[in-house]
Amino acid sequence: MRDVNYNFGYLDERTKRMIRRAILKAVAIPGYQVPFGSREMPLPYGWGTGGIQVTASVIGPNDVLKVIDQGADDTVNAVNIRRFFQRTTGVTTTQRTADATLIQTRHRIPETPLTERQTIIYQVPVPEPLQRLEPRELETRRMHALAEYGLMHVKLYEDIARYGHVAATYDYPVMVNGRYLMAPSPIPKFDNPKMSMNPALQLFGAGREKRIYAVPPYTKVESLAFDDHPFEVQRWTAACALCGSRSSFLDEIVTDDRGGRMFVCSDTDYCGSRQSGKEEAA
Amino acid sequence: MYVAVKGGERAIQNSYELIAEARRGDPAHAELTLDQIKQQMRLAVDRVMTEGSVYDADLAALALKQAAGDIAEAVFLLRAFRATLPRFGYTEPLDTSRMRLWRRVSATFKDLPGGQILGPTYDYTQRLLDFSLSEPASSAVAAESGDGKAEPVPGVLSLIEQEGLIEPQEPAAGDPDPTDLTREPLRFPAARPVRLQNLARGDEGFLLAMGYSTQRGYSHTHPFAGEIRFGVLEVEIVPEELGFAVPIGEIALTECQMVNQFAGSAIEPPKFTRGYGLAFGHCERKAMAMALVDRALRAGELGESAEAPAQKQEFVLSHSDSLEASGFVQHLKLPHYVDFQSELELVRKMRARR
Repeated sequence: MRDVNYNFGYLDERTKRMIRRAILKAVAIPGYQVPFGSREMPLPYGWGTGGIQVTASVIGPNDVLKVIDQGADDTVNAVNIRRFFQRTTGVTTTQRTADATLIQTRHRIPETPLTERQTIIYQVPVPEPLQRLEPRELETRRMHALAEYGLMHVKLYEDIARYGHVAATYDYPVMVNGRYLMAPSPIPKFDNPKMSMNPALQLFGAGREKRIYAVPPYTKVESLAFDDHPFEVQRWTAACALCGSRSSFLDEIVTDDRGGRMFVCSDTDYCGSRQSGKEEAA
Repeated sequence: MYVAVKGGERAIQNSYELIAEARRGDPAHAELTLDQIKQQMRLAVDRVMTEGSVYDADLAALALKQAAGDIAEAVFLLRAFRATLPRFGYTEPLDTSRMRLWRRVSATFKDLPGGQILGPTYDYTQRLLDFSLSEPASSAVAAESGDGKAEPVPGVLSLIEQEGLIEPQEPAAGDPDPTDLTREPLRFPAARPVRLQNLARGDEGFLLAMGYSTQRGYSHTHPFAGEIRFGVLEVEIVPEELGFAVPIGEIALTECQMVNQFAGSAIEPPKFTRGYGLAFGHCERKAMAMALVDRALRAGELGESAEAPAQKQEFVLSHSDSLEASGFVQHLKLPHYVDFQSELELVRKMRARR
């Protein structure tokens, strides 16, 4: 199964050691972005190279791997990354959240709650939450060092002044362990509450920007808000057209060219197991 | 319908077959060989070696063939190949004055020791499409003096260095080992050896545009092409068990020494300063653009104001790499259903409130 022309997990062992050291530092300082010697991977930057390097450094032969993109196991890039690890590690892969020990994800946290025996690895395009407000890294590093996050609070305040609410729907900034401002990666803000006090280890890899950060198990993660404008997540008036869920994140599917729409779960494993559960009950 | 996103595995497999077919083209025509690419597309090979940071013409030719001639894709293939290669050792510093020259020109002195050698250049050709090339030639061209000049030719700038009119070119105090950008992340502020590594790997088009901007008022650095040389040089390493240097092969290099004005400061008299460019093979445009950008990036250490994009190291060094730029720009074609759904909901909410 495994392609023996490549080292287990593709990366050489010295590179893995360097990345594991960065991960350990990241776990020790929750939310802090640790620079690391990101390698050029055989997939393009921006397509999950950070997540892939983190996964490649922590994966072992007994791990069970799940890879999702937009909540789904069968989107093309998720398929490609899963095939990459099948080829270079030969580990068992799964689509079932509950069966996985490692979950590499882009843009979603599964609906099924994670457990202490699981690690979730996020692919991160832009690790610096302040980058769109201040592109100079020398400046943003100073802000993190001083925990000086006024710039972000002013941005949120201006949103409220202009629109009546915060105009951020994904990659919504969070404070980790009451200390570091962190980009949760472009997950919908719907998923932000799942990050807090999560029993699983959460690792974040940004290959192009060469940063790794982490949220250790049972760490407080707060979405930024004001007392009079509390944080809220998205709600739908519809239920999932396939499984009937009213509590999951729904994707809008265009069904025809006359304005026809249906809403279905973005998490394909969650939706699928609810559907098969219903069939069994019937 | 919802099934539209299913079947990714089979779709990917089909796309592999389609790209292989498209790469090969009409099988009625002979397939390209790597030797043909190496021999007849040498400038493309040189560019891929330079930006791919691997001196290996065979691998660069293979990358070009696999990428169907797409330079950025070929650079990507080569970089991904090199990423996990072990380091056997580091070479001794190269002394480019010992280069066996194929080409050497200076725009600052009419005549100089070693002379001006035009060598293989398009510079003085008339860019008229040569229709005779549309069919294979019946006989090979034999040029006079195609081989490199054997004796060492000192760099042009050493001539004015003796007078103290140009800053000397010396290693930093203590001659520390340079950071290896392929092993360690780029950190700011970046010292000049790190900046030069980044520029050497940087995309030629990007550097060309940044260099060009310095000639159009966005940080004017008054450049003169002090010297451009292209030739081959022996590469040496010192194996630990031997303790002395042994040559391991030859590489072709293009070097550009740009001379720039410096008005002087309270503590220093006016003198010329340098911008430096170096590339594998024959990459003159790249080496010259690199030298312009190198000089512009030295604004801070020379006490000049740094207002223009080419003078800002975070701007230049963070955006010079074609892999990073191409990957992140093109990742926009990956699915963004979830983010877009969130934005749809937000826009509807904002419109409902009006």
